[in-house]
Amino acid sequence: MKIENPRSRAYKIVSMIILVILAILFLFPLYWIITGAFKPAADIYAQEPVLWPTEWVSKNFENLFNKRTAPLFSIFGIEGPTAPAAFRWLINTVFMSVASMLLTCLTAAMAGYALAKKRFVGRAILFSLIVCAMALPKQVILIPLLKEMAALKLYDSLWAVIFPTVGWPFGVFLMKQFSESIPGEILEATRIDGASEAKTFVTVVLPMVKPGIGALAIFTFINCWNDYFMQLVMLPSGQNFTMPLGIATLQAETSVDMGLLMAGAALAALPIIAVFLLFQKYFTQGITMGAVKG
Amino acid sequence: MAKQTQSKMSRALQRRENIAGYVFMLPSLVFFLGFVIIPMFICIITSLTNTNMHDPGLFGGFIGLKNFADLANDKVFLKGLVNTFVIVLVSVPAVCAFSLWVSSAIYKLKGPILSAFRCIFYLPVVTGSVAVTVVWKWMYDNYTGILNSALTSTGILEKGINWLGDPKTALWCIIVILFTTSVGQPIVLYVSALGNVDQTLVEAAQVDGATDLQVFWKIKWAQMMPTTLYILVITTINSFQCFALIQLLTQGGPNHATDTVMYYIYYTAFKLTEQAGHFGYANAMGVVLAIFIGALSALQFKLAKEK
Repeated sequence: MKIENPRSRAYKIVSMIILVILAILFLFPLYWIITGAFKPAADIYAQEPVLWPTEWVSKNFENLFNKRTAPLFSIFGIEGPTAPAAFRWLINTVFMSVASMLLTCLTAAMAGYALAKKRFVGRAILFSLIVCAMALPKQVILIPLLKEMAALKLYDSLWAVIFPTVGWPFGVFLMKQFSESIPGEILEATRIDGASEAKTFVTVVLPMVKPGIGALAIFTFINCWNDYFMQLVMLPSGQNFTMPLGIATLQAETSVDMGLLMAGAALAALPIIAVFLLFQKYFTQGITMGAVKG
Repeated sequence: MAKQTQSKMSRALQRRENIAGYVFMLPSLVFFLGFVIIPMFICIITSLTNTNMHDPGLFGGFIGLKNFADLANDKVFLKGLVNTFVIVLVSVPAVCAFSLWVSSAIYKLKGPILSAFRCIFYLPVVTGSVAVTVVWKWMYDNYTGILNSALTSTGILEKGINWLGDPKTALWCIIVILFTTSVGQPIVLYVSALGNVDQTLVEAAQVDGATDLQVFWKIKWAQMMPTTLYILVITTINSFQCFALIQLLTQGGPNHATDTVMYYIYYTAFKLTEQAGHFGYANAMGVVLAIFIGALSALQFKLAKEK
């Protein structure tokens, strides 16, 4: 048993105290959003900030829901019943994030497998192209993308956000890293058994890269949900507003009603935080795998 | 004879690999080429034209390098470039040092406590830039913000500061928020890298009488170099692209104190009245920004390799 010297013990205690203080500081904005969303106006405009609401009220959420209405959904010209616009924003954001997630996972799993295990001509060039593209600033291509989307008649639709998200090469890179670990002998054996390529992929490859798909799914979902700049550029009209866009617009319109804004921020942030906490194990794994030899 | 059949066999096999490879690549390639590579080319080409948002076609008239020449004389752009570099030069080392310290302080803690800390430092990223910005705007507020009230009531400040309205403080306010939303990923990476450090090397050094500090710099730091490099690159890219915070908090003000290149690109493409929708000019800035990021990433790679 190693005996700790008192100096390193003291260092440990001090660093623990600093860590706890930092953790509180990092949690504070979120705490401020949640309590702010339920504070009555008197607390919000108080001279001395009120740390704990004197009374928990739902007034801010009522204001948020009554402020604007929109059809709950609109698919192929069929419009849903009128509902608070915030619900529409939420539905749009969920649709956008789920669609991006599913498409990304499917295409990236296939491409990652090909890059890791298939020795096709041009593989090396494609892979270096993908790695180089990852180092490029994503936001720089947004304005040319707008022109392209307008030409494709996709501008101002959720697909204009979904397709570029799917195209972003990080997913392919991540899935290649996970696919490298599939033993070649197993693939060889399945082929000798006469299984088709498609069958090999579904029955052998997919189960083996499942943790990678989990990581990529959660990563894409959160990134797409929070990609404010892309949504801002691609969805100008308000019909297809997402949660971040809706809150940003409210902020520009009513920069004084902090209670309302906090209610909106809570509605935008809490679902995604819940998703993150549920799947955080996958998430950590994804971040680390993506960096290996990055 | 045998050799010939073999080469025929392997040629057939190679063809099979080619077909299978490209079939599996195809769906991903469609999106990658269509929505990443093509826009990249559009960006470069339009930067040499006077393309406007309202043009019906994809490209306007060719004007050579005029956009770039104009950029060199554009005071707002140059100010934005300086601000962008200030943000990068402050936030990248700060994020790296901070996340390295936090990670080395938490990586030996018990599982649940470790995940709790990791989660907490990651939360601002998950919360999303809009929600984070909205709440920080309130905290910075001149009259109802908690920051002024906390600092005046504890006597640190005599009088509240107009944090976002003062050109001297506004950029720092943005850097602070950017910092809190940037350390999450580096901490996750460093914690895992520290856990993967070869323990036999550490023990050997300890037997030889190395101090904790020596073990840290000579062994752990050296082994974590690839992770550090990756963190430097992603943090640099993120800091260069700082946009949402500025658009939502200050719109580049007061008096261009918080203009960044990314914000000015957006402003030129969508907001600027006299040349509204000047995509060619905006894309020229995009090209310049991409060159800077590329050069800096290459430099970081080179420096790390030399070590």
